[in-house]
Amino acid sequence: MSTPDDRVYAQTHEWHKTDGDVVTIGLSKFAADQLTDVTYVEIQAPGYSFAAGDPIGEIESVKTTSDVYSAVAGEIIEVNQAAVDDPSLVNSDSYGKGWLVKIRVSDAAGLANCVDASTYDANNAG
Amino acid sequence: MLKTPLHKFHLEYHAKMVEFTGWEMPMLYTSIREEHEQVRTSGGVFDVSHMGRVKVQGRHARKLLERVCSRRITDMQTGQCRYSLVCNERGGVRDDVLVYKLDDADYLVVVNASNREKLLGHFEDVRSGAAGGAGHRLEAGATGGGGAGHRLEAGATGRGGGEELKVTIEDQTESTAMVAVQGPKVMEMVANFSKEIPALKRYRFTVKNLLVMKVLVSRTGYTGEDGVEAILPAGAVNMALQLLLKDVDMTQAQALIKPAGLGARDTLRMEAGMPLYGQELGEDICALSCGVDFAITMDKHEAERGERFIGQDALEKIIAEGGPSRRIVGLALEGRRTPRPGHAVLASGAGGEPIGRVTSGCLSPTLGHPIAMALVDSAHAEVGTTLAVDAGRTQLEAEVVKLPFYKAAKPKPAATGASA
Repeated sequence: MSTPDDRVYAQTHEWHKTDGDVVTIGLSKFAADQLTDVTYVEIQAPGYSFAAGDPIGEIESVKTTSDVYSAVAGEIIEVNQAAVDDPSLVNSDSYGKGWLVKIRVSDAAGLANCVDASTYDANNAG
Repeated sequence: MLKTPLHKFHLEYHAKMVEFTGWEMPMLYTSIREEHEQVRTSGGVFDVSHMGRVKVQGRHARKLLERVCSRRITDMQTGQCRYSLVCNERGGVRDDVLVYKLDDADYLVVVNASNREKLLGHFEDVRSGAAGGAGHRLEAGATGGGGAGHRLEAGATGRGGGEELKVTIEDQTESTAMVAVQGPKVMEMVANFSKEIPALKRYRFTVKNLLVMKVLVSRTGYTGEDGVEAILPAGAVNMALQLLLKDVDMTQAQALIKPAGLGARDTLRMEAGMPLYGQELGEDICALSCGVDFAITMDKHEAERGERFIGQDALEKIIAEGGPSRRIVGLALEGRRTPRPGHAVLASGAGGEPIGRVTSGCLSPTLGHPIAMALVDSAHAEVGTTLAVDAGRTQLEAEVVKLPFYKAAKPKPAATGASA
């Protein structure tokens, strides 16, 4: 699957897709492949407020446990229950059904530190 | 980095390759879970060529192995393999090995990849007489560290040292390859071209001539399933694999046999409760702690042509003083969180005192809940004890359960009429 260019990518491998004042966050396919089979997704509950760069959840795979970070500040408005119930969605459809969380943004400045799809791919090609 | 003779095979099947103890090995081909389930329900083929293969030959080969191994070697029959520990002088574990008896003066020892150089050096020390006689012993509890403390005390018995053994030790790891084919449907498939192999009992092997090459096939494995492991010349393994799998299209979703990587090998052996060197086994973990007492024969020197083994003095002392202070246990957990090596284990549920650490853990693909192996104080090792795993932000309740977590159904007698 090619890396979609309708969103931006954090150094910590979360994609951020902006729609008005809502940002949807998921894990890049590259990161999902690195993790191997995702076995567990835990995201803070709706209503949780946080600063840019804060961890907002955890993802576990067969190999490792890692934090999920948001590049923007804001408040969680929705968690993808389908991915919580079936974490393999993060592997099989990381840019679609495997999204993780929707955030109402209070400060989007952190998106400036994210990169576009082609830069992200180039960074990972090394 | 070392490459196995099957390196090209891995790339053809799009393996995700990783560095593992100096070897470039396939972590997975499609998915660790899928490969795990494939092995539990049908069959998988693993490249285990990174495992060390050491020939021990000569008039004193048996004697050397008796001194090195915690289990009897002398009563082994030709065509038999035996799992054993190799202990250090303190009663810790240098490695766990599989010894194959090819003939009275001809043995093959399969060792962990990470320990190959170390064991070659150790075998050489025993051969030359530099080790294996004068004992070092483990003084249990002498430091007063509440059970965890052991200290070295050198030269207690001064038995036997200095004798040079007539043995040649040859590392055949890189001139040979090793493949494991594991799963409930494997023996059926093997029966298509051999009557002899499906008739082998567990831990028996045979040497077959396949075209012009010799292939050692044993009914052994590290997955908890029935199956075989084969050792053959490095230059022949690709052709042999093609012959073995000639009717199997491994790219098909429903293929009888598919390639499986080290990731699945690890979750499979965890479910089967099998220890792994570096996790459940190690130089600083007492051999008696590891849940493999069947592989430690404390009276083996009393048998005909028996020998004491390196580490036996220390283990005798530990037994005399009440047994090992720590034990490897199985832990069953609820939910979906994965206990990781190094996570603290707490007494009597969440909030308790630390009494050990997780050595291996996974979300068991077969059982659907998290499992772990952990090294805990012996007082908390009884089956049914409630403990907790400190996973950082959360503490997970865990119950001590009997190992293995998973046991395969007994293999059916082969269709060829061979007795199982």
